[in-house]
Amino acid sequence: MKKNKTELKIFAEQIRKATLQGLSKIGAGHVGGSMSMAELMAVLYGGVMHVDPSNPKWEARDKLVVSKGHCGPAVYGALALTGFFPMEELYTVNQPKTRLPSHCDMNKTPGVDMTTGSLAQGMSTALGLAWGDRYQKRENYVYLILGDGEIQEGQVWEAALFAYHQKLDHVIAFVDCNGKQLDGYTKDVCDLGAIDKKFDAFGWNTQVCNGNDISEILDAIDRAKAVKGVPHLIILETEKGLGCTFTEGILYNHHVVFTQKQYEEAIAEIDKRIEKIKVDMRSERNDQK
Amino acid sequence: MMYQIAKKVQAEAFEMRVVFAEVMEELQAADGRVIYMDCDLMNSIGMADYWKKHPEKTINCGIQESNMIGVAAGLSATGLIPFTHTFGTFASRRVMDQVFVSAAYAKLNIRMIGSDPGVTAALNGGTHMPLEDIGMMRCIPEITIMEPTDSVMLADVLKQTKDIFGVFYIRLSRKKADNIYEKGSTFTIGKAVPIRNGKDVTIFATGIEVAEALKAADMLKEQGIEAAVSNIFTIKPIDETAIVEAAKKTGAIVTAENHNIVNGLGSAVAEVIAENQPCPLVRVGVKDHFGEVGTVDYLKEAFGLTAKDIVVAAKKAVNKKG
Repeated sequence: MKKNKTELKIFAEQIRKATLQGLSKIGAGHVGGSMSMAELMAVLYGGVMHVDPSNPKWEARDKLVVSKGHCGPAVYGALALTGFFPMEELYTVNQPKTRLPSHCDMNKTPGVDMTTGSLAQGMSTALGLAWGDRYQKRENYVYLILGDGEIQEGQVWEAALFAYHQKLDHVIAFVDCNGKQLDGYTKDVCDLGAIDKKFDAFGWNTQVCNGNDISEILDAIDRAKAVKGVPHLIILETEKGLGCTFTEGILYNHHVVFTQKQYEEAIAEIDKRIEKIKVDMRSERNDQK
Repeated sequence: MMYQIAKKVQAEAFEMRVVFAEVMEELQAADGRVIYMDCDLMNSIGMADYWKKHPEKTINCGIQESNMIGVAAGLSATGLIPFTHTFGTFASRRVMDQVFVSAAYAKLNIRMIGSDPGVTAALNGGTHMPLEDIGMMRCIPEITIMEPTDSVMLADVLKQTKDIFGVFYIRLSRKKADNIYEKGSTFTIGKAVPIRNGKDVTIFATGIEVAEALKAADMLKEQGIEAAVSNIFTIKPIDETAIVEAAKKTGAIVTAENHNIVNGLGSAVAEVIAENQPCPLVRVGVKDHFGEVGTVDYLKEAFGLTAKDIVVAAKKAVNKKG
C-alpha cells in the first residue's frame, strides 16, 4: 500500500533502525552507504515499486538492482519491513548460513532481484533485466542504485552508452552521491566532476535532487517517468552515514565497527526522531481541524 | 551418445561458422527466448545475415564485452536464453569477473562462445590468441567448458545447451575443421568420445588436436605402438571415469590441446589420475608461451602441436611405464 510522505519519513527511519539491528549481532558493517540510502529505500518500497512480498518472483514486478551491493543491510531492512521475511531474521545478517549476506544475493534473499557486489556489474545486469522485460512485453520498471565512487568503474560508461542506444526508458538509475568512497572523499581519490553533465552527454534524462528528502525523490521519479525513449538518472545528493549517531559526520564511515553502547544510542536517537515525526504529524492534523 | 567415426579424416566442406549460423537460426526458430549477442564481431562469426533477419532478437553491443556479459546475465534472469560471442581472448580474459559474479555466482543462464581458440587466431597474433581461456574458466565453479571438434559435434552440442540451465563456455574455431564424425552423430556433454582403440597408451585430445592425434596413432602403429584416441571435448566437468579407465587399461596417457599446458586439459587429466590411478602422463600443448603471429601450420610446428609431437609424447609416456 502506498504510504503518504509522513509515513515515508517514518519508514526511512525504521529502515535505518532495521539496518542497524541487522548488523548489531556482528557489530560491524557497511553502515555509511546504507544510511545515506534510507530515504530512497523508503520511497521505493513504500509505494513506488510494485512488488508482492508473498510472491517475490512475481513476473510483472518492478525490480531493483543495488549495484553498490554492500548496501545490502539497508535493502534487508526495507524488505523485512515490507514483509518479505520476518523482522527477526534481520539479526542473522552475515552469520553463517544466513539468507542475508553482506552483498546482495538473488539466490538467497526473498525480494532481491540481482546478485551484486563487484561494482558496476549491477548496471549491466539491470539493463539486461529491462531489455528482457521489454522484449517480453512487460511494463515494469527496473530501478538501479549506483554509488558515486562506483561510477569510477569503466563498465558503467559502457552500460551508459548501451542503455541510451537501446532506448531503455524503463530504467531509472540513482547515484548515491554522498561524495565519499572507502579511502576518503571522491574528489581526493578520483574526482567524478559533474556527474549530471556526463550522463547528459551520454543522452540520459538526468536530474539532481536532495537524496535524503522524501518529497524531492518522489517528484524526481515522477518527472523521470514522464520522459520517454531515454534512460533516466537521478543524482541523489546525500550524506554518508546520515541519521546514525556513530557514523554521521565521520570521515571514514564506509565500513565501521561499533559497540553495543553505540548501537543502543543510535537506536534511541532514531526512536526519538520517529516520535517527533509522529508528534508533528498529530499537531499538523490538529492545526487543520 | 550415438556417433559414427568418419571413414576418412579431411577438411569439411563448410566453415564452422557457417554451421554455427545455421544452428543459431534453427534454435531461434524453435524458441523465441533465444537472444544472440555479440561485440562487433558478427561479420567475423558469420552472423551478419542473422542480425539483418532478426534485429529484434539480436543485440550487437558494440565493443564492450564486460557490459555484454552483464546484460546477458540480466536477460537470463527475465527468462530469456542468451548466446554471447566474441573472440576467445575477450570472452575470457576481458570479462573474467563479469562471468564469475554476474553469470556464474548469480547462478544465471548464458552460453558464451569464444572463437578462434589457440593457434587458430593465427594472423591476429599474440594479443588475440587464447591459450589460457580454458584455464581461467576452469576456476569458475559449476561452469561447463566445451570445445566442439567438427561441425557435426558443434551442431549437436550447441542445440543441447539451449535447454540446459547454466553457464557454458564454448571454444569455437570459425574455420573449416577436419571432419571426425559422420553426420547425425550425437554426443553427451561431459562424456569423452572414444574414437580409436589401443592398448599401449591413450591420447586424450580436444579441438584441432583430435585430427593430429588420429594421425599420430597411425604413425605409432607403424612403430608397433597401439594408441587409443579419445575426444574429450568437455573439459569441465571432466570425464573422470573415462580417464581412470584409460589409465587402468593402457597405463599411460598423453593429452593434446591447443592451449597452454598450464591449467588446461593436461592439468585436468593430471588431477584425475594423480588422485585416482597414477600413471605416466605427457602433455602436448603450448609450453607456457605467449602466442605469436603466424599461419596455423607454422604455429602448430612452433608450439609443438603436430602429430609428430604427439608421437614423441606417446613414446615417452610408454617408456615411462617401466
